[in-house]
Amino acid sequence: MTHQQPILDTSPKVSDEVRKTTCYMCACRCGINVHMKDGKVAYIEGNRDHPVNKGVLCAKGSAGIMQVNAPSRLRAPLKRVGPRGSGEFEEISWDEALDIAVGWLKPLREDNPEKLAFFTGRDQSQSFTSFWAQNFGTCNYAAHGGFCSVNMAAGGIYTMGGAFWEFGQPDWDRTKLFMLFGVAEDHDSNPIKMGIGKIKARGARVIGVNPIRTGYNAVADDWVGITPGTDGLFILSLIHVLMKAGRIDLDYLSRYTNAPVLMNAAEGPEKGLFLRDADGKPLVIDRVTGQPTAFDKPGVRPDLTATYEMDGITHRPVFHLMAEKYLSDEYAPEAVAEECGIPASRIRAIAGELARVAFDEAFELDQEWTDFRGEKHSKMIGRPVAMHAMRGVSAHANGFQTCRALHVLQILLGTVEVPGGFRFKPPYPKPVEAHPTPHCKVTPNSPLDGPHLGFVRGPEDLALKADGSPARIDKAFTWENPMSSHGLMHMVISNAHAGDPYKIDTLFMYMANMSWNSTMNTKGVIEMLTDKDDNGDYVIPRIIYSDAYSSEMVAYADLILPDTTYLERHDCISLLDRPICEADGAADAIRWPVIEPDRDVRGFQTVLIQLANKLGLPGFTDEDGSAKYTDYADYMVNHQRKPGIGPLAGFRGADGSQVGRGDVNPNQLDRYIENGGFYLEHIPDEALFYKPWNAAYQDWAVGMGLYDSPQPYLFQLYSEPMRKFQLAAEGHGDRQPPDHLRGRITETMDPLPIWYETDQTGNEGFTVNALTQRPMAMYHSWGTQNAWLRQLHGRNPLYVPTKLMCEHGLKDGDWAKVSSPHGEITVPVMEMAALNDNTVWTWNAIGKRKGAWALQPDAPEATKGFLLNHLIHELLPPKGDGLRWANSDPITGQAAWFDLKVKIEKAEAPADAQSQPEFPSIKSPVGTGPKDLAWKVGK
Amino acid sequence: MGLVIDLDTCVGCHACVISCKGWNTENYGAPLSDQDAYGADPSGTFLNRVHSYEVQPAEGAAQLIHFPKSCLHCEDAPCVTVCPTGASYKRVEDGIVLVNESDCIGCGLCAWACPYGARELDAAEGVMKKCTLCVDRIYNDNLPEEDRVPACVRTCPAGARHFGDLGDPDSEVSQLVAERGGMDLMPEMGTKPVNKYLPPRPKDTVEDQIDILAPLLAPVADEPKGFLGWLDKALEKL
Repeated sequence: MTHQQPILDTSPKVSDEVRKTTCYMCACRCGINVHMKDGKVAYIEGNRDHPVNKGVLCAKGSAGIMQVNAPSRLRAPLKRVGPRGSGEFEEISWDEALDIAVGWLKPLREDNPEKLAFFTGRDQSQSFTSFWAQNFGTCNYAAHGGFCSVNMAAGGIYTMGGAFWEFGQPDWDRTKLFMLFGVAEDHDSNPIKMGIGKIKARGARVIGVNPIRTGYNAVADDWVGITPGTDGLFILSLIHVLMKAGRIDLDYLSRYTNAPVLMNAAEGPEKGLFLRDADGKPLVIDRVTGQPTAFDKPGVRPDLTATYEMDGITHRPVFHLMAEKYLSDEYAPEAVAEECGIPASRIRAIAGELARVAFDEAFELDQEWTDFRGEKHSKMIGRPVAMHAMRGVSAHANGFQTCRALHVLQILLGTVEVPGGFRFKPPYPKPVEAHPTPHCKVTPNSPLDGPHLGFVRGPEDLALKADGSPARIDKAFTWENPMSSHGLMHMVISNAHAGDPYKIDTLFMYMANMSWNSTMNTKGVIEMLTDKDDNGDYVIPRIIYSDAYSSEMVAYADLILPDTTYLERHDCISLLDRPICEADGAADAIRWPVIEPDRDVRGFQTVLIQLANKLGLPGFTDEDGSAKYTDYADYMVNHQRKPGIGPLAGFRGADGSQVGRGDVNPNQLDRYIENGGFYLEHIPDEALFYKPWNAAYQDWAVGMGLYDSPQPYLFQLYSEPMRKFQLAAEGHGDRQPPDHLRGRITETMDPLPIWYETDQTGNEGFTVNALTQRPMAMYHSWGTQNAWLRQLHGRNPLYVPTKLMCEHGLKDGDWAKVSSPHGEITVPVMEMAALNDNTVWTWNAIGKRKGAWALQPDAPEATKGFLLNHLIHELLPPKGDGLRWANSDPITGQAAWFDLKVKIEKAEAPADAQSQPEFPSIKSPVGTGPKDLAWKVGK
Repeated sequence: MGLVIDLDTCVGCHACVISCKGWNTENYGAPLSDQDAYGADPSGTFLNRVHSYEVQPAEGAAQLIHFPKSCLHCEDAPCVTVCPTGASYKRVEDGIVLVNESDCIGCGLCAWACPYGARELDAAEGVMKKCTLCVDRIYNDNLPEEDRVPACVRTCPAGARHFGDLGDPDSEVSQLVAERGGMDLMPEMGTKPVNKYLPPRPKDTVEDQIDILAPLLAPVADEPKGFLGWLDKALEKL
């Protein structure tokens, strides 16, 4: 060494203080350590103790520091002073803002509460916002699940009492084969990456089924570049091969599923319904006695084959029907290969690998447990195959049946709730029977008659008015989409504008960019939001919007209630809501203000409480008329949904020693903060698996307040509620669908999973599938265009497979006109080889409107960026019958984003290389961001 | 000391990129600045970037490889040799290549000499920035012991990044390199990089095992009726 090495301080002070809270850069809700210097946020890292992320943190989480300093943060309440869409506002005080809102809402509540439509987008406080809406009395409430992943959630609940992500997870530590379906760089972000890392570290196999080989599919050992929308057919073919080879878990099927349940096989109003005893319990044939017996009777050994005659009527076990259906050659690999774009040999190989790992690599855990029939088991049998899917298979109009098929595949292999398989997270498993039904009875000046959203058991639970018309503005729980458990946010503006089923007065939304990337038919929706009637009044008279940032939606509201950033607020990640539990334990968490806002903004939930207090809403008001809660923190601690059960399960009771059930603890939030912002209660060892049937788990869940009483249940391979809708469509029962929907209900609502091609009306000549994905560094992140993240993903070309590039004479950087039956866009293209050769795709929500998000108008997001949303209509093309057919799953109403078909043509580069369509700039209420950044808060 | 990066596991999420940006903006030397942060051509300083490359094998489907790249802390580091002021140096005790910013004149020779493109001149400060292997974390007594690793390693959700003593053949990282055939990046450059990359495992092989798998799929019966007969017998055995 010729040069003197400088002396370095290798132990500099890291920060003054670490404040532990919960991330909100996406929906994962990881624990974060916020390092503070001089009262400012200096650095954010993952919290090692936290159950979700165990110390790791994604790009979004670490970029949170650029979110709390974002120039796009709204600064004060705004009142619109120019026309809608102009972005012309004046800042007003909170007193004035709340008075305006109350002035609009109070008369509605007194006369027509349903004239308020309250939809809350990417809300993480739905148990609270729904409670508010219920107490207001409107039937028109939901969050964004209807345009996100309701097919997966509802498909899971109806089949097995839970689905993926918040409902459950693969047994990452034991699984030996992990199969991933669909656009899954999304939910849930860090846990999937951590899990794939664990699987990879022990050399186990990952199979990725996705038209696009990015992200998780890029590291998958085997990639199945399936044709979009055919996942259900592929899965049913796997089921066909496995059943035909007898590679299914018969013991599991007979004990834990409705495969042995007897079903009426005679034509008539009971056909396909279960045979039940006087207590309503489904009956099975006991192999010991040969007699029909309640499914849960101690000692019963349910038979999968025996039929039963009673009063001249044959009753057959569900498994008979399954054998008939799935052994049929229509599901043979050779029959589905072309449709799915997967060689038959590959389908067989994957089925073989599933069978090999599930059965030949089965293992045992030395752990005793007792099932709900009282039988003691000395071991837990592991079947190390696990699966995960989310939006990719969900966002098709056949998505509900596809999700059902995927759950049935796992169940046939006996891999659900066993070691190495898929495991539920508390408060799941929870069967349909443990969920509410939907409620829609509106009474002026009174709360709604119950929770808005729920799970219908049959036609009797539909949200219909006495005349049979839809009760809700989004037509959820109607014959058009009977099982729409999350509502249909994507139809609210369209229906409100059309006055179908009725007009509303005030649209109140939170965190939902409905005039841009969160809506289908963006241009049309902008026109609906600004359309005026013959009197010159807006067709949708009033719009209130809450957001923390200057999103595209802000310009289309009349009153803006500015929210805080996630480090400036209280929040509650509650077991009553969308919790953060792990398969090994129940967990919940809080956010708390680690910094105070430097602007005149308020947390939205606190604003709702202030509105509730001014409106005197029942659930928020004591008997003496005084307000129960001053703000959201007060609600989090003092609200009780039932005696002893509140939003937070940890540190209950006066001294904080109780869990799940217990009195209010005034110091509860301090205890959460001391504990790192979360609470975790482990499940006892004997209760860790077989949760739906495990007596120890059921008892533990009751103690925690998750259930009121033990409720073991059978997995529903066959869905009786779906059969009830079919029966109605066949003409049975009092509540009858309109004639034009009978055929569709009969076809699509098969009680056993099926695959059908989605409605192709208008698609003649449009043959290329078009999809979107969110990049991992931006998945589910809203707010700002983050200064660091936009350097990773600031552009979104249309990725085109090599075959189509050649066919159309395209090369990288060229422009293409992409058209659908609904519209056209002109956008830059880029070749991608690792892609299904009849599919194009782009990153979603990179494209921004000029003037939004405090970006400069020449930002690439606003010049070259684009949305596929312009090509997707919320309605199917007209069929000539005068009816409005939603572009949604006919069972759940899930927005069918990924059914999009397009054609592409080479195009001249537009003037100024501006992607088309171009929209006029909106005036920014916050100006634009600074030119340069060098963000160091410490000295 | 150095990094081992597993290309079979890296999902390309950029967590390491941003965690690095956050730590090194707030810590060692000048902050990592961003120019035109909200404008037409945003361009900031990063010490670690993830590139994605498509690979088209002679047979089979195309693949996508995510490739994180930062300074490899070469044993024969050309960036150190060319530095006219001696600002760039390789630490004697652990081999970390660092820039002494107070001596750096921002001439850019080192970036030109580095065959990996692993150095970036900070436009605001006019000094050369590069991976420090988080020298202000890995020995930091103010951090819990388990956190004394580079920020990129601590944050990597997939666990694709490993840190340790590659000079010690018994260390976990050295053993990982031995087991998985860890490689030098561009060894022909003669820089002897310390960091190693674990190559992606072979892909799309499930059909190659069909001889093993096919017997598992032999039908139990040809007809549904036969299937029910099989079922009855199978149930008896339970």
